[in-house]
Amino acid sequence: MRALWWREIIRFVRQRSRVIGAFAQPLLFWILLGGGFSASFRPPGTPGDVGALQYFYPGIIALVLLFTAIFATIAVVEDRKSGFLQGVLVAPIPRGSIVLGQALGGTTLAVLQGVLFLALAPLAGISLSLLSIVAVTLVLVGVSFALTNLGLVIAWRMESTQGFHAIMNLILMPIWLLSGAFFPAAGAPGWLGWVMRLNPLTYGMAALRRALYLSVPAASGAVPPFALSIFVTAVFSLVAFAGATTVARRAR
Amino acid sequence: MIAPTPSAEDAAPAAVVIRGLSHRYGDRRALVNVELDIRRGEIFGILGPNGGGKTTLFKVLATLTPAQEGRVEIFGEDVARAPLAIRRRLGVVFQHPGLDPKLTVEENLRCHAALYGLGGATFRVRSATMLERLGLVERARDLVETLSGGLARRVELAKGLLHGPELLLLDEPSTGLDPGARRDFIEYLVHLRATEGVTVVLTTHGMEEAERCDRVGFVHRGALVAVGTPDALKAEIGGDVVVVHAGDPERLRARIRQRFGCEPRLVDGALRVELPRGHEFVREVVDAFPGEIRSATFGKPTLEDVFVHLTGHRFWAQEPGREESA
Repeated sequence: MRALWWREIIRFVRQRSRVIGAFAQPLLFWILLGGGFSASFRPPGTPGDVGALQYFYPGIIALVLLFTAIFATIAVVEDRKSGFLQGVLVAPIPRGSIVLGQALGGTTLAVLQGVLFLALAPLAGISLSLLSIVAVTLVLVGVSFALTNLGLVIAWRMESTQGFHAIMNLILMPIWLLSGAFFPAAGAPGWLGWVMRLNPLTYGMAALRRALYLSVPAASGAVPPFALSIFVTAVFSLVAFAGATTVARRAR
Repeated sequence: MIAPTPSAEDAAPAAVVIRGLSHRYGDRRALVNVELDIRRGEIFGILGPNGGGKTTLFKVLATLTPAQEGRVEIFGEDVARAPLAIRRRLGVVFQHPGLDPKLTVEENLRCHAALYGLGGATFRVRSATMLERLGLVERARDLVETLSGGLARRVELAKGLLHGPELLLLDEPSTGLDPGARRDFIEYLVHLRATEGVTVVLTTHGMEEAERCDRVGFVHRGALVAVGTPDALKAEIGGDVVVVHAGDPERLRARIRQRFGCEPRLVDGALRVELPRGHEFVREVVDAFPGEIRSATFGKPTLEDVFVHLTGHRFWAQEPGREESA
């Protein structure tokens, strides 16, 4: 398990394009979308100084996590294609440990990049207290672990990376889009609001906002309460991990 | 090949026992009621054309594919019941490269060792030994993606042997090796068996490798059609194998039957006759039908001849629609 975790890290460091892909792309999104929407977009229920750039900031952090989780799970599909995974499958370790190693590898990378992104908080008009940084990091761990495992559920069933891209665009991106990362549930039409309320990542997103605005709760806007958000995120993580393990047990 | 003496064979407990093993992919039967015993310390070759079922058999032995029907025991333990305990004693080298190209040779070995619970000093000693034995010491710090095919194959073998398995499973081990490296490889397996007493099971469609095995089993259309030492299998044919190429093989076949009273087989457009004193037959047949024969050769039977003898099929001929599923 530790071996697989360690391997993820080494591979990541050696593949520069992954670092850039998972970090620069969300950054670009943030600047372009945040900038473009700043005149027309005002999240409801927040104080006047929260504009598009500020609203998107936690959403973009979630996107960083999502991208990193996706990269980590694409690696699993590649391992399967190359034959590396076969070698792991015949090793005397339970499938749950294999999945845990992969998931923790992906989580570590995602959290590291998410924390790196926190350095840009002043640009979003947020001054972070130490407590806030700790809270954000913990939330990042939970959300990353959940997203990586969700990716693993898909990756363990996939034969090709092409198939994975299709699924990613159909499932993972909408999960992010409808999590309140991009627009708040409050402003969405009724049915969409419900989809958002049922989306587990909505609560991860809410937890992230609450942790970032620990000292000014109002700035989080109209999102679910902190305790509920953390609870749902924890359940989401565990369910996703159990799902990935189940799928991995069936893999040949 | 140095076959163990019969008495030693009887005394050694079986490394692998397969009873009534059948497997199907949808409608296609990949394995049909396979029964096989493989002894400890044996080098056993599973031989057969691609798509014949040997990869499926390999995957069942490697604990990757559970037996659909029948029972498989490795060192007396049921594969279905104790896969983890068995995996610890297995070394598996797949046909497809199982190395991480982005890691160095040493990192690959360390990753593998960790999966088998091998760490610290034990790992250092074992990996140093394996690198030394396989001539990989200078390349230990190189990324695997920079290695040649033959070298990568050796790293693969080092990886499979690192944790000191009692049973080494190799799927088409010599794929991608040049003839020299292939000979080295099989020599090394023989050496390994002698030094570490490891049992080796390999699948192959290479006759050269098969000849070096203690025993081979032919898999054809999912069935194990013959098992024995290469010499014993070849002795079944008796005498020589004569292969005749002709413009009109069907007609020549009838005429040979009439004239010589033997039954040539038509395999892949060539006539094959198994008989003693093949060199005399070659002369007689060429004399008897001048102008009809393009070439006539004779030789001692090879394992490929045994396969043709058993199945009526050329070894290399792919059967349509019977591609092995990965």
